[in-house]
Amino acid sequence: MLAFLVSAIRLGMTFLLGSTGETITEKSGHLNLGIPGVMCVGAACGCYAEYIYLSVAGRAAIPVLAVLIPILAALIGAGVMGLLFSFLTVTLRANQNVTGLALTTLGVGISDFMIDKTGSIFSKGSKYFTASLPFAEDLGWFGELFLSHGVFVYLAIVIALATSFVFNRTRVGLHLRAVGENPATADAAGINVSLYRYAATCIGCGIAGLGGLSFIMDYLNGNWEYCIDAIGWLAIALVIFTVWKPNLAILGSIVFGALYIASSYIVGVSFAGKELFKMLPYLVTILVLVITSMRSKKNQPPQSLGLPYFREER
Amino acid sequence: MAKKETKKRAPLFHIIKRGRDALPWYFGMLVRAIAVVAALLVCGVLITLLTGKNPLQVYGSMIDGVFGSSRRIWNMLQSLSMLLCVSLAVTPAFKMRFWNIGAEGQVLIGGLACTATMMFLGDKLPLWLLLTVMTVASMAAAMVWALLPAVCKAYWNTNETLFTLMMNYVATQLVAYFLKVFVKDGSGVLSPMPQYGLPVIGGHAYLLNVLVVVLLTVAVYIYLRYSKQGYEISVVGESENTARYIGINVKKVIIRTLLVSGAICGLAGLLLVGGTNHTINTSTAGGRGFTAIMVSWLGKFNPLYMILTAFLVVFLERGAQQVSTDFRIPSAISDIVTGIILLFIIGCEFFLQYRVVMRKNGKEGA
Repeated sequence: MLAFLVSAIRLGMTFLLGSTGETITEKSGHLNLGIPGVMCVGAACGCYAEYIYLSVAGRAAIPVLAVLIPILAALIGAGVMGLLFSFLTVTLRANQNVTGLALTTLGVGISDFMIDKTGSIFSKGSKYFTASLPFAEDLGWFGELFLSHGVFVYLAIVIALATSFVFNRTRVGLHLRAVGENPATADAAGINVSLYRYAATCIGCGIAGLGGLSFIMDYLNGNWEYCIDAIGWLAIALVIFTVWKPNLAILGSIVFGALYIASSYIVGVSFAGKELFKMLPYLVTILVLVITSMRSKKNQPPQSLGLPYFREER
Repeated sequence: MAKKETKKRAPLFHIIKRGRDALPWYFGMLVRAIAVVAALLVCGVLITLLTGKNPLQVYGSMIDGVFGSSRRIWNMLQSLSMLLCVSLAVTPAFKMRFWNIGAEGQVLIGGLACTATMMFLGDKLPLWLLLTVMTVASMAAAMVWALLPAVCKAYWNTNETLFTLMMNYVATQLVAYFLKVFVKDGSGVLSPMPQYGLPVIGGHAYLLNVLVVVLLTVAVYIYLRYSKQGYEISVVGESENTARYIGINVKKVIIRTLLVSGAICGLAGLLLVGGTNHTINTSTAGGRGFTAIMVSWLGKFNPLYMILTAFLVVFLERGAQQVSTDFRIPSAISDIVTGIILLFIIGCEFFLQYRVVMRKNGKEGA
């Protein structure tokens, strides 16, 4: 049971990073369906940076650098994808769904290409990310559940809480939400709509890219054995599941992680039944989506989600 | 002071939306052609950097991969018709501004229904009846898959993009589940059942598929362009309020259109399972549900233009595969090339809809 929870938390944090990134993007009115591709690119850039760093530094690798360099690379790589997305959708006013899907194709291609060059095993680098506090094991179940994780788990929670704080308690957050709800009004109030959309998308993509890296380096222990894009779609699902609230997403992501891996921990599920179990996160998301749309005006997606903004259009 | 500020604030250029028919007909073609050529140049440079080969050789290899032999041409036609079929399926929904990105799942579930019919009724029914049941089953299953989001959209305005996206994965998992139930040895690979497949005509395995899709293209074109229902779809797509005002039952149109969309997806599932692979796995739809969205959108939801855009995508995919085998570079290059070209074409639409006007010097101060 404990192992199950620990594993659920580790996987959940990948979802959390992805969904926090997508929430920031969606709050600005951008529906970025390129998140799976962005996560792939983030993971690919991070892993590649780690691969280069470890082969240059060899045995003299410094743990802090071995963690920071890939994180930085993932942020930059995924951020560039975000920049591409916002250039097309904000400056060139392209359709967001189509741009996002093209970005996913591109991102998956880039990461597959990289794996082909470097091989899919990054376990050497992974141990820097999964290293936990030295005294965690002495504290029994408490230590195992809360302190035994690698750096990404704490990073994800901090980012989610910070995002939630920015959304609800700061002027920047208020402006961002205004841009997502009604860009024309925000524009009239003197808010730079394009700037907010660019910034939110790039930051959001950067965070989602970290999610991709955490999936490979932390959850899979550096074995890039299957594609991340399914995880990316689940991250988008999580945004809906937690009704665009990053602080709720901390719990939601653990629920998703648990649902995703439940089939391997429950005794007596048949070989085929496991496949049905994997359906659960999606079914739950559909349910939440339908129920929230049936109920009151609260907890709705940002009103102008997916719509381009052109000042002179009436 | 005030004068200084006005000078500072006059932007270098500003953007104007073009009027409805301000453009000569060849302008759109020209801009798109430039975009494709620019994208091909970028990809050529990229491949040259990666391989050190002459870009002309690379383009030659692409063309060889698509048109090199009659087998390759047939493969290309098969890929083209399958992609076009799924694109035709999503088009009515898109024209109504219903973002159905669940074609992947709808095709899979149609294929699953087809597979199940072949497995369990294959030896019990005469062939003509079996083929009828297969067709009906595939289309019905995909229609149900499309109906669920449509009803929720019509009655509660549920976000259809996200709903249909989730349905894809439910369908994928269902296929994975049934593969494990159907296949007793646990390998998850269902051996093909060509004896129950669609008939082969004219000596070519893919000829029937191609013909069906050609007929379908014409049918969808006529449906959207000349039928009353097609007109209602465009009105709902342009403005739901207008549609309501002139007495169109918007709910009915949404549900009916998605049933059409689902039925065509089911047909694609039938052609893929019954007419091509004679078996199913979780990647039978092969991402076509997503690529189709881009094909349909780039083709301006016009089935005839979509033949061109679908051809472009298929050409790139198959060509890049050939390049990767010829020059021993990873096959992922085909995804990268497709992604880059699509982004270029998506970007060039801007120049068709908007006009950039540079600041005229000297006029600001006056």
